[in-house]
Amino acid sequence: MSSYPHAPGFVAGDRPKVVTSRFEYTDSFTIERYLATDGYAALRKALSKPAADIHEEVKGATVLGRGGAGFPAGTKWGLTPQQVWPRYLVVNGDESEPGTYKDRLLMERDPHQLIEGCLIACYAAGLSQCFLYIRGEMALAQERVATALNEAYAAGYVGKNILGSKFSVDIVLHWGAGAYVVGEETALIESLEGNRGMPRLKPPFFPAANGLYGQPTIVNNVETLANLPWLINNGVEAYTAIGTKTSPGTRMVAVSGHVKRPGVYEIINGTTTFRDLLYGEEFCGGIRNGNKLKAFVPGGGSAPWFTPDQLDLPFEASQVGPAGSMLGSGAIMVMDETTDIPAAALTLTHFYAHESCGKCTPCREGGTWLERILTRVVNGTGTDADLQQLIEVGTSICPGDFPHASNEALGLSAVPFPYKMTTICFVGPSAYAPIHSALTLFRSEFEARVTKRITIPVTAVGAAS
Amino acid sequence: MSRLTDANVVIAKEIIGRYPRPKSALVPLLHLSQEQNGYITREAMVHLGELVGVTSAEVYGTATFYEMFRFEPVGKYLINMCGTMSCALMGAGELMHHAEHKLGVKAGGTTADGMFTLAHAECQAACTEAPTLQVNYRYRFHVTPTDFDNLVDDLRAGKLADEIPAHGVLAKVRQRIPADKSVGAVAPEDVTEGPAWLDGKPAL
Repeated sequence: MSSYPHAPGFVAGDRPKVVTSRFEYTDSFTIERYLATDGYAALRKALSKPAADIHEEVKGATVLGRGGAGFPAGTKWGLTPQQVWPRYLVVNGDESEPGTYKDRLLMERDPHQLIEGCLIACYAAGLSQCFLYIRGEMALAQERVATALNEAYAAGYVGKNILGSKFSVDIVLHWGAGAYVVGEETALIESLEGNRGMPRLKPPFFPAANGLYGQPTIVNNVETLANLPWLINNGVEAYTAIGTKTSPGTRMVAVSGHVKRPGVYEIINGTTTFRDLLYGEEFCGGIRNGNKLKAFVPGGGSAPWFTPDQLDLPFEASQVGPAGSMLGSGAIMVMDETTDIPAAALTLTHFYAHESCGKCTPCREGGTWLERILTRVVNGTGTDADLQQLIEVGTSICPGDFPHASNEALGLSAVPFPYKMTTICFVGPSAYAPIHSALTLFRSEFEARVTKRITIPVTAVGAAS
Repeated sequence: MSRLTDANVVIAKEIIGRYPRPKSALVPLLHLSQEQNGYITREAMVHLGELVGVTSAEVYGTATFYEMFRFEPVGKYLINMCGTMSCALMGAGELMHHAEHKLGVKAGGTTADGMFTLAHAECQAACTEAPTLQVNYRYRFHVTPTDFDNLVDDLRAGKLADEIPAHGVLAKVRQRIPADKSVGAVAPEDVTEGPAWLDGKPAL
């Protein structure tokens, strides 16, 4: 196990490295290092086979989307309508889900791996232009990817007649400008068309059929594409030998908050459990100061929370979903016993209320109401009725039972993921998710706030050390 | 002066040429404009509208959606303090109080000398390194109050000028697509055939 000062947060372990194999090198982002470590070999290998064969390999490997929804990339590529041209690839590098930190590392530390992944996807799925959308706030990632693209164009790996073949594709670097909702694929497409980044109604606008400029468009996450060079180099068998049948390969996860060793880890998909991650010596090494674990967010700020009861669940969607949450974008936020739960929930509700694009009323209005009501509860000026009001507003965003985890002490059984929603995208429900989890699992902390009318500063979420 | 300079118009046209439809270049061009002027002016929006063939109202509509675009001058250094959950759990709230005290302005304010604008920010995708901040979108990790003081002093003294450019300059490296390597962007309605490499045979 080692960490590298040049890759802040990343912790390497004695595990298979599918996407982080070059992180140990300080110059991993240069074309020289990339070429010296098998770089662009997968592109050459892919081009020596018919495009359909490469598509079959990606399908056969069940490369799950790493952006949040977990949809298999090969299947997604197959959803484009026949004989409709051109088709585009849009790379989602707008990483901004609270707790998520992996795509930025992949762009900063190994941009050529991402570029090679884009090329393989374009070749396999017949995509004639690629737009690489990087979050606006990531200046270093933009510089590294721009430099890598300039190098790759000069060397003939990108552009016209790649490696002298009939395969030609441009990769255009595009920066965002600060809007969380643009991580949603149809909002990303709107943004790329030069518009306000508001999601489109689905159906009918599933991007694979009707995306950028109304054309078939594949939107893939950075980490998903970064998997492809290794897959093509090593083959489907080697890829599926890691992890489980339904969740093959590895996955980048970020563990933040109150653990001894917060970090970004490349873990084996499907088998690694939350307990391994939070307590394992090769991972986070336990809760800081020997404290007790109170709760954790298993899959990004949008995900319903888990408590120690769920620690033995593996990184496997088919088990985490029925347990009441989601794996999302591989972001785990850990709260120890010192955490002020209502205040912690407020940081997330504030985030989603702030990031609402304003298109759907339940999110635009509801998110703001949730934030206001929760703020007065946290400040100690709320009333009992406010707690009920939070649930009512939440239910108008997500009708019916909202997913939550089981809890032995409280005698709760799980309500499976996902939820129903009255909004186009998940931003509205995400404003409610932390409140619902916190109120369901830690109601007494809210009740103490409203009946005793104690005043605690909003900022005191947890001690710094 | 707040229209794009001649040199920037050349860059703008190069960027516009990469997209099948010119309006797609709008967000990158807004960044170019902000890089030139430090913020987005009315005249700039009129000019960008001319360049991509939309009204200035449409440019304004797009620009105002995105938080990074500023419509009035900000400090030379925009300090964005992350306050979302992972950072909040690690003391971001206390750090913000300290920052307000050190700079003598509340979040959202600009120091009298025009050097610093202090702002609340949302998740910066560095959650394991909490608490974090960005100065003109350059990261600082595990920030302590002492680190913050040193950072501000160093910025004031000009010691970080090489690393951190003035507000508006984002990436210091631009993509450049050589003319002889470029496939070129084509409006979708002008594409009638599928890609040449989908003929069932290997491309190489």
